[in-house]
Amino acid sequence: MSTTPTREKRPPARHVVARVDEIAPGASKLVHVEGRDIAVFNVAGEFMAIANRCPHEGADLCKGKLTSLFESDEPGVVKMSRHGELVRCPWHGWEFDLRSGKSWCDPARTRVKSYDVAVEHGARLVEGTYRAEVFKISVDDEYVVLEL
Amino acid sequence: METPVLERSSEKSQIQGVVDCDVHPAFSKPDQLLDYLPERWKTHVRDFAVRTANPLLGTLPYPRMTPGNGMRRDSWPPNGGPPASDLAFLQQQLLEECNIDYGILQPLAAGSMAFNQELGAALCAALNDWQIDKFAGPEPRLKASICISQEDAKESVAEIDRRVTDRRFVQIAMPPRTLEPCGRRRYWPIYEAAEHYGLPIGLHTSAFGYRPNTPSGWSSFYLEEHYAASNSLQTVLSSMILEGVFEQFPKLKIVLVEGGFSWLPSLVWRLDREWKRMRDEVPHVKRKPSEYVRENFWYTTQPIEEPENNRHLLDILRWIGTDRLMFSTDYPHWDFDDPRFAFKVPLTPAERSAIFRDNAVELFGLK
Ligand code: FES
Repeated sequence: MSTTPTREKRPPARHVVARVDEIAPGASKLVHVEGRDIAVFNVAGEFMAIANRCPHEGADLCKGKLTSLFESDEPGVVKMSRHGELVRCPWHGWEFDLRSGKSWCDPARTRVKSYDVAVEHGARLVEGTYRAEVFKISVDDEYVVLEL
Repeated sequence: METPVLERSSEKSQIQGVVDCDVHPAFSKPDQLLDYLPERWKTHVRDFAVRTANPLLGTLPYPRMTPGNGMRRDSWPPNGGPPASDLAFLQQQLLEECNIDYGILQPLAAGSMAFNQELGAALCAALNDWQIDKFAGPEPRLKASICISQEDAKESVAEIDRRVTDRRFVQIAMPPRTLEPCGRRRYWPIYEAAEHYGLPIGLHTSAFGYRPNTPSGWSSFYLEEHYAASNSLQTVLSSMILEGVFEQFPKLKIVLVEGGFSWLPSLVWRLDREWKRMRDEVPHVKRKPSEYVRENFWYTTQPIEEPENNRHLLDILRWIGTDRLMFSTDYPHWDFDDPRFAFKVPLTPAERSAIFRDNAVELFGLK
């Protein structure tokens, strides 16, 4: 019996897009990778990235404000969670979940692409297959690495 | 034959250049307007402030999510000052990026709302000088509005007379939440002047004014206030028609600014129906309300209603008439509409150019 040969997936390209200390907690950076505009956010030390263009009218999401999830089971009782993990569009305020790219208002239809982000030590980057177009890597620093 | 095109796929070049009917210029410092006031009123403002029906002196009643009373977060000029206070940045972010050939200034300052009407008139005059000095003078693409203190009709007419020869002013501006409904006779001298000079009157919605922002008082939430924007303009339209303003001033042109427009068909259907039944109450209203609506009113597009199914919006547009709608961005406010992406309905090229440009060029006499 023949089995379908398992084909290797194309490995994602890893791009070094910032030094960790370049994006303060709560702040963002717009990066251009392989022709795409991507907004990278620092959420309390964790880095997250989504496509920069808002699907509504096209505002730059990197200029949006980080916010939390507000929920209420009844008037007067408000739960606040997921601090800083949503970005609110700088124009009309639609909110997008930075982890999934889904919009809060219409998750099924309205979303932006989200990207995987890691933090790597400079020493590892020097050895690996990472692309750093802008940065001269120093082995002592930490870097934000975007996969796509 | 004209084929419908999708707004989203359209290129810049499809429209010759947009006319934006709602641009909000701002002071670069809070008391900048004082520089344009005579000494008598400067001193007055210093000692007594400007008292208005706004519950919080010197502010809007809500922060509206973003710093600075609901501005686009990306509209703060890099060289400092509030959004739309820096002409160079406004030229770049609005006029250039959005392909805007003309922008109509709609200053939202206290002049027309001041309790002290004499001070209100002085503030309006200052506001008119300021628009020319900072915006419409140095940038010919920006056109000014003659702001008036509408409660004192005599003074308003005097201000219109003073400004009218300056062609950089293209409309008269007054708020919709007046002391009495807009159709009342106390305001007629203003309408007479406007008709005489052929200048449209722009009534820009406002969150506050002489009345609470809903018919039953101040609302709790900003979401409620947003509905009230349409509500105040519905009152303007009904009052002006039913008081007989357009019988007296048949050529008067009224622009309802920033109140949406999808409410129009149902309101006008109702007005027509009741007029048929009760027209003896208003024998001075000689024609069906819908006829005045078609001849005397125009509407700016922002904030555009966004139904789940875009084609529903198309039905409404066609009913209202694409000759009555004029594009607006509301720059630099948070609910700004981008002319490249805001109108997600299929329109013929002729309809598009009417809404985005031609209607305003004709109404405001822009060439
Ligand atoms: S452009 Fe982002 S919400 Fe409208």
